[in-house]
Amino acid sequence: MDLIIEGLFQAFRLIAGLDAEVFSVSLLTLQVTLMATLISTVIGVAAGTAVALNEFPGRTFTVGLINTGMGVPPVVVGLITTVLLWRHGVLGRLELLYTPSAIIIAQVLIATPMVMGITLSSIQQIPRAFRLQVMALGASRFQMLWYLYREARLPLLAAIMAGFGSVISEVGASIMVGGNIRGHTRVLTTATVMETSRGNFDTAIALGIILMVLTYAVNYILSRIQQRGRQR
Amino acid sequence: MKKRKMLVTAMILATFLVSFSSCAKKSDLILATTTSTQDTGLLDVLIPLFEENTGYAVKTIAVGSGQAMALGKRGEADVLLVHSPEAEKEFIESGMGINRRIVMHNDFIILGPPEDPAEAAKAKNAVEVFRKIAASESLFISRGDFSGTHVKELSLWKAAGVDVKGKKWYQETGIGMGKTLSVVAEKKGYTLADRSTWLTMKKILNLAVINEGDRTLYNIYHVIEVNPAKFPKVNGKAARLFADFIVSVGIQKVIGEFGKDKYGQPLYFPDAVK
Repeated sequence: MDLIIEGLFQAFRLIAGLDAEVFSVSLLTLQVTLMATLISTVIGVAAGTAVALNEFPGRTFTVGLINTGMGVPPVVVGLITTVLLWRHGVLGRLELLYTPSAIIIAQVLIATPMVMGITLSSIQQIPRAFRLQVMALGASRFQMLWYLYREARLPLLAAIMAGFGSVISEVGASIMVGGNIRGHTRVLTTATVMETSRGNFDTAIALGIILMVLTYAVNYILSRIQQRGRQR
Repeated sequence: MKKRKMLVTAMILATFLVSFSSCAKKSDLILATTTSTQDTGLLDVLIPLFEENTGYAVKTIAVGSGQAMALGKRGEADVLLVHSPEAEKEFIESGMGINRRIVMHNDFIILGPPEDPAEAAKAKNAVEVFRKIAASESLFISRGDFSGTHVKELSLWKAAGVDVKGKKWYQETGIGMGKTLSVVAEKKGYTLADRSTWLTMKKILNLAVINEGDRTLYNIYHVIEVNPAKFPKVNGKAARLFADFIVSVGIQKVIGEFGKDKYGQPLYFPDAVK
């Protein structure tokens, strides 16, 4: 218990003292996870909508795949991404392994099915009558999408939050494709793992606390957007 | 409309990838090494010195010696700093590595619960300690990850004539040294550890040194350059620079001093300059 309290103090010291290293690690964590969330939101929402609104052979099979993707362990994604990005791997020419971009790629692979799956079910649960009515009022395809997204705003933002949550908390893939390189690819989760194995439990807990604060801050902003105009 | 959306996405993605990858220059050096050198903080001292001196950016991948050599065998690392002599010799013989040079040593120690249920502290040498642990079927926790420490441990079991396979009292963690020590302390088991990790963690662990000082417990680190003739993508030039750097007089002195201020004794003993 005293370790956790000590961790709290340590977190306060690190933040109040504007510890340069902790600051840069936190900043990188935010940059990487927000970028990964943004990309997976764009891909996930677009693809999720496409699957939700269209009939095609093998649709149930596809939906099953997407839902499985929501549960794929990050470390498996990390391993496969690493092998692909190796110098002598298929994508080795890009020289992306052990860079922040590599972390983003792995995280996009983790978060996209999450966003896609929730988008899919949230679009699908809007009654077909709603779509027909909007179309009947003369809406273009793009306008109809706009109304659909407005209607499904609550679950769609939940999709984004789930995607963000899965990448900011993820450590297995980040440590594999990023390498936890000091000043380059060290993010809060990988730094926490490392400090733990160094026996610096107070610093590890402090990093964990900072991570949770950041997660809360981002989710607060997303919740603000989600809950806007709730009285409706 | 959808097409345009996808185009924009692709463009955002592309710019981001480029902006990030541009900070990773061609001349990066990938150093694959053991978790112990990272966990003690030695690399945090050495790497910035090397980067300042040479202008190369170093990517340190801290894994077990086994994995480090596996990466080397695929040409996925440029230089290795490892402590698994038998496996290193094989690595050199396979032609994948060149220029193996001694860097430093410290030693392994056998740790166990202060109560010492196996009465192993009375043993004369490391091998006998292992025999006593096996005879009393006391819990032994192994790294189980083909790291240098694990390989050393297996060789001690072999010398003790004990087959640990499938034994109930023998467990494997498969994680780094620091985390394994936490497990050992929680479960009141015995383990083989490198002294440097022990020194950095001893104040928070309720463990006792059961055996130390035996010559068979030496823990020797070598630097190996991955053979650039085998892998054109390996940065042989930077690897050579790093290997020369770590065995140079000045850096050997830094290694010998490292940890003295914090632990009252050095964590590593430089061996390259005699």
